[in-house]
Amino acid sequence: MNVNFSLLAPEYVLVGVAFAVLAVDLMLPRRHRFHLSWLAAGGLVLSAAVAMVLRWDTVETLYGGLFIADKFSLFFFVFLTVLTAVIVLISNDYVRQHIRQPGEFYALMVFAAVGMIGMAAAGELLTAYVALELLSFSLYVLVAFRREDARGNEAGVKYIVLGAFSSAILLYGISMVWGATGTTYYDGISEHLALNAGNLDSTLILGLALIIAGLGFKVAAAPFHMWAPDTYQGAPTPITAFLAVASKAAAFALILRLFTQALMPALEEWQVLVAVLAVATMVIGNLVAIVQSNIKRMLAYSSVGQVGFLLVGIAALGHIEGGAVIPVALASDAVMLHMVGYAFANLAAFTVVIAVSNHIGTDELSGYSGLVKRSPYLSLVMAVALFSLAGLPFFVGFLTKFYLFTAAAEAGLLWLAGIAMAASVVSLYYYLMVVKRMFIDDVAESDDTPLAIAIPRLSWMLLAGLLIGTVLLGLYPQPLADAVTAASGAILPGA
Amino acid sequence: MNGFDDSVLTLLVVLPFAAALALILWSGEGDQLRPMKWFSAGVALSTTALVVWILLRFDYTDGPQYQFISETDWLDQLGIGFDLGVDGIAVAMLALTAIAFPAAILIGWNVDARSKDYLILLNLLVGGVYGTFISLDLFFLFFFYEISVLPMYLLISFWGSSTSFPRFTRSKEYSAMKLVLFLVGGSVLIWVSIIAMFVQADLNSFSLIDMQSVGFDESFQKWVFPLLMVGFGLLGGLWPLHTWSPDGHVAAPTSVSMLHAGVLMKLGAFGIIRVGIQTMPEGAEAWAPLLLGMGAVNVIYGSIAAMSQTDLKYVIGYSSVSHMGYVFLGLASLHTLGVTGAVLQMFSHGIMTALMFTLAGAIYGSSHTRDIGMLSGLAKVMPVGAFFFAVAGFASLGLPGFSGFVAELLVFLGLFQTYPWVGALAVIGAGITAVYMLRLLAKVYFGETDRRWESLPDLKLNEKLVAGTLALILLVVGLAPFFLIDVIREGVRHIPAVTG
Repeated sequence: MNVNFSLLAPEYVLVGVAFAVLAVDLMLPRRHRFHLSWLAAGGLVLSAAVAMVLRWDTVETLYGGLFIADKFSLFFFVFLTVLTAVIVLISNDYVRQHIRQPGEFYALMVFAAVGMIGMAAAGELLTAYVALELLSFSLYVLVAFRREDARGNEAGVKYIVLGAFSSAILLYGISMVWGATGTTYYDGISEHLALNAGNLDSTLILGLALIIAGLGFKVAAAPFHMWAPDTYQGAPTPITAFLAVASKAAAFALILRLFTQALMPALEEWQVLVAVLAVATMVIGNLVAIVQSNIKRMLAYSSVGQVGFLLVGIAALGHIEGGAVIPVALASDAVMLHMVGYAFANLAAFTVVIAVSNHIGTDELSGYSGLVKRSPYLSLVMAVALFSLAGLPFFVGFLTKFYLFTAAAEAGLLWLAGIAMAASVVSLYYYLMVVKRMFIDDVAESDDTPLAIAIPRLSWMLLAGLLIGTVLLGLYPQPLADAVTAASGAILPGA
Repeated sequence: MNGFDDSVLTLLVVLPFAAALALILWSGEGDQLRPMKWFSAGVALSTTALVVWILLRFDYTDGPQYQFISETDWLDQLGIGFDLGVDGIAVAMLALTAIAFPAAILIGWNVDARSKDYLILLNLLVGGVYGTFISLDLFFLFFFYEISVLPMYLLISFWGSSTSFPRFTRSKEYSAMKLVLFLVGGSVLIWVSIIAMFVQADLNSFSLIDMQSVGFDESFQKWVFPLLMVGFGLLGGLWPLHTWSPDGHVAAPTSVSMLHAGVLMKLGAFGIIRVGIQTMPEGAEAWAPLLLGMGAVNVIYGSIAAMSQTDLKYVIGYSSVSHMGYVFLGLASLHTLGVTGAVLQMFSHGIMTALMFTLAGAIYGSSHTRDIGMLSGLAKVMPVGAFFFAVAGFASLGLPGFSGFVAELLVFLGLFQTYPWVGALAVIGAGITAVYMLRLLAKVYFGETDRRWESLPDLKLNEKLVAGTLALILLVVGLAPFFLIDVIREGVRHIPAVTG
């Protein structure tokens, strides 16, 4: 058994950073503690750099296949740590105003990042499960961080109860798969499925269905999405962004590796199931978003809708030609691309939400009326972010949706692509309503806060970066697409 | 070809977007807005100059189908290239856009509220229009198509005007949202078709030239063509999905109505030719009768609806629906004469309707009403306006000497080759148009001048300039249409589905 522990150096760095944050927290005077964000963000970026240096061309497994270091793991390592670093920085102003224990707050985010990286790199079901739980436990605490706030408590309780429930479902599914196949390793499951194609044990199928349902809970796919809006609304806004973007990206990393490396031979059994989940998620997420009056709830439902689009990509991971399963590389490319584009746009939106709510003290949509008069810059960023989420050209969302739906058609799921496009028209409606509020409507007369919104310099720069990224990736996507293709080449050999 | 010819199309499409970006970064208010207007006018006229260059250098005698081609790889994984090029049809449409764009900027001179944002959106819209006409890659064609539709929402819902009817009010926000959802809904059909074509062709390419040479299965063509026909037709105002169009035109501010009815609706018809007829000849043949039927309803229904309107702009809006019907009829004939006539009609209607909206805008701007019942005898106070409206009206009803006559004549000639009886129907439509146009002219401009309107000013300088230019073009194309017809036919003759 190859146990090359130095391979895990980037993860050691991350864990070290988390403990360092906790330790430094004890030494700093209280009013300076929110500066810990720089330590956390710096550490996250450092670990990404270490990973890129050490693992650029590495294709190795640790502990006999529990942990896989390849281009796919590396892609998500860099993506997820940078994402977490950006969220840590975004939360700077929020933490200063609302959070009393910055040390724990940031350290937990770094621990969550370790869990997320494990999810992308796991080559075995229980390892994936443990990594997922590391993420979830960090989030259970983070979601309920505002203990004095009733909504925060509600959010925390809903999230922990449903999270534990879904973990149990997932674990039950894993145990059934183990019972039927005798293994929890992805490659072992894949072999078993390939050998018994066509006459799979019903226990195994039930196990797969339970795993899909459990993961469906984690990514808030309909009909398992009910926890999302309340949790998103009640959680501290940076954590809402974390839930909506980072934890979803990690869950999809896990799903991508699991479905391509373990479940691909049983495509016939799960493709329709995932497609139906995708349709339900797109339709419910986007329709219910229309009637929301709180921006965080609206973004929660919009992210449910986006999960639906990503599930379209998962359903399109392969197609059956003459009895054989042919993987569709475009689909796994597209899921990752869409994830990245979604991350840029959504983080931009949440950064605006934080800036606005720090100023006017509410997340109600009515507070966005006449935003252009308060801050043209925030309105521009928000409009770009929403347009990108709606999949409009110039912005990365247009390209990633185009890629995603082309992949679906390539897998013979043109009907699914058609439904997804229709859902994306619906989403345009509620995004446009927000744009209308910001640009056309006037500031509410009852609003007596000062008109102009002052944006802290750090947020200003983060917003500029996210804005430029959203536009630039939409206009010049080739480098990102190449990175993504390399990553999906690692999980789809021969495709 | 020299170096400039290779980059002229890129320049043409980048210029308006670069101008929009420059305006976004250009901070200034109050007095500083005037330079922004001059800047936009300069950009618009520069694009006109580029189009003139293209017109002069376009080989319309015996050239290859697409000219001024420039190809750049953009995304290898999907075989998307930033490929540009024009054929005769696109050149005619570029000419139309190059006229309407500066005209719209000039007319928009009067806009005072947030005029910087207004100019940004106009530039974006026009950039999208230019891009759609010159894209030779389906991804980018769709990309620019979407861009040209979306600024409409903000343009209408902020700078537009609501219309009060006796029993209800049609708010500008409603009209704007209706327009966007209809058009984006239509683009879903286009999107489905495009990716279906990508998969079916199996070339890992979105290039239009590849798609044209692929030769799709007949059965594939037969189910995809109607999607394209309806999806693009929607933007062209194809009955029964035209209802967004009069509402949108009426609610929009003048210069946006000019661009929208003048140029944007043509994108729809252009898309049917470019993506539909050119890549799917058999599909086009199979569905031509339906397009013919819908086009005929467009003509008749549009003109009858125009006759019963009480709002000046609604008359023009429905008359657009009716005139776009001739375009669909011409396309459905699949005959060289008919298709050439259709494209000429696109050009001619674009100019004519821009002229009409200019004049309607001038009346509304000073009288603050568009109610035909209240307006009368304006010729005494605005003689110049009356003159130009008469010109536009005559062009609209197809009087010989104006471009509309030539275009409609060609459409009819094309139709008589294939469907003689529909040709007769369309002539009736032209008759109804004559009735409502002359009646409108008589009611609004002639007759007793109401006391209220005695102090109404005539056209402002910018309006005179625009109206004069547009009227002149209508007349020149009407009297000497040969040049434009040659250019268009150069494009049409390469289309396999079009015979004769």
